[in-house]
Amino acid sequence: MQPVNILGDKMEIAYYPGCTLKTNAKEFEETAIKVFEKLGVRLKEINKWYCCGTVYSLATDNLMYRLAAIRNLIRAKEEGYDKLVTLCSICYNTLKQTNLMAKEDEDAMYKINSFMDEEPDYDGSVEVLHPLQILNEMMDEVKAKVKKPLDKKYAAYYGCLLLRPKEVAIDEYENPSVMERLIEALGGSAVDFPLKNECCGSYNVACNKEAVIDANYRIITNARKNGAEAIVTSCPLCHFNLKEIQKEVKKAYPDFVGLPVYYFTEIMAMAFGVKK
Amino acid sequence: MKMVRIYIMGKEYRVPEGLTIMKAMEYAGYRYIRGSGCRAGFCGACATVYRKEGEYKLHADLACQTTVEDGMYLVQLPFTPANKAIYDLEKIRVDDKTLVNFYPEIARCVSCNTCTKACPQELDVMDYIQASLRGDVAKAAELSFDCIQCGLCAMRCPAEIAHYHVAQLARRLYGKYIAPRAKHLEKRVKEIEEGKFDKDMKKMMKMSIEELRKLYNARDIEPEEEV
Ligand code: SF4
Ligand code: SF4
Ligand code: FES
Repeated sequence: MQPVNILGDKMEIAYYPGCTLKTNAKEFEETAIKVFEKLGVRLKEINKWYCCGTVYSLATDNLMYRLAAIRNLIRAKEEGYDKLVTLCSICYNTLKQTNLMAKEDEDAMYKINSFMDEEPDYDGSVEVLHPLQILNEMMDEVKAKVKKPLDKKYAAYYGCLLLRPKEVAIDEYENPSVMERLIEALGGSAVDFPLKNECCGSYNVACNKEAVIDANYRIITNARKNGAEAIVTSCPLCHFNLKEIQKEVKKAYPDFVGLPVYYFTEIMAMAFGVKK
Repeated sequence: MKMVRIYIMGKEYRVPEGLTIMKAMEYAGYRYIRGSGCRAGFCGACATVYRKEGEYKLHADLACQTTVEDGMYLVQLPFTPANKAIYDLEKIRVDDKTLVNFYPEIARCVSCNTCTKACPQELDVMDYIQASLRGDVAKAAELSFDCIQCGLCAMRCPAEIAHYHVAQLARRLYGKYIAPRAKHLEKRVKEIEEGKFDKDMKKMMKMSIEELRKLYNARDIEPEEEV
């Protein structure tokens, strides 16, 4: 097998699940571990981990909300890893942005390191990756593992957190293509659609559901108009907002026609023929 | 006798070296009406916090288990206000969300680890709260097994979590719905209900203390059965 540059000479990488992968998005974790195993890459869950904080807090004067992310990076380092992968777009964004801060903001890190006086100092040396970045370098291996090529048209939906701010983007931030290439590698056809990096409404689902209903209507209708028969995503919250509220969208917009929504690892599992 | 200086609520006392905080306070003239129970590190009644001269750390410990040191500034925390959720264990079900539904404030945890540092039982308190948050009831139950409900974690938590109530619910759920049933216990309960021991019980009720004592001392101690 070709060495994967991003992983160096290892075929194992530290894996941070995050709470949602253990509760609402179990199918995401299960399929991810299985399809990466097929590709010869082991996602090794770190022994101890903490809720990432669920958003990267933009309050620069309250470092309390950065502690959890830093602590996770320390755990990965302590277990001997210099790279950490996470599936959920929100966890990815939070850990990645926090790590950037750890590299760049000395004052903040002085405070955080002295507050966490029971932990070794952290210096930003664990690189946070998203599995799509690994797959990006493994498209040939992916093709080779396909047993039942996909036969549908898929719209790759990125949402915001894999791409913004641009410093943490996993791909070209205005016009990403890694998921489209993955879909094609799996035998499916990828449709282009302009709303692929539009926000799904995020946590508004808890306090301003109309905003999420509107976003859902626009995104799914736009994907469908561009020929999509299903949507592919990497985020449990996007997944929820796009999938679980389709009935309510139908009520608000009688002309709405829904689409199935999958995690990218689910369509990989289908194409690889691995059982759930 | 070597004496050490301690400060109880700011007032200086000289007490003999080697006493526990609890005994030192009694030596200084305080009488425990609350905030003391077993005096053996089991009941969690004697939560105490202190600082040492020249150190920034605020320590938390059990007064009955910690020896006084020269230059300790102490106070007792006989009670921790902490609301407990109301539930009927027979009716609730265990799933990923049970703990966070009864104690939604656990989602406020920022992983500062202050609770862990405060715990006199040296439990991984933050880890059991994090396990609770992700719905891992078995892990929360296991990590909190030695909690004595002293309340010190709850007093220190910036997220205002009542850790030990969450942990108690986790252990109750674990005991009722997750842990494998002990077969020998079920068998014995059935035997009791069927009256297997009624005759012996009646006989014992008529015995004198002397006879009972003899019987007790001569009893067979059954080996533990594998579950
Ligand atoms: S977990 Fe909290 S209540 Fe339980 S023993 Fe530790 S500090 Fe006390
Ligand atoms: S003290 Fe509170 S916020 Fe800090 S780690 Fe413990 S539970 Fe979480
Ligand atoms: S008095 Fe019971 S633990 Fe100290």
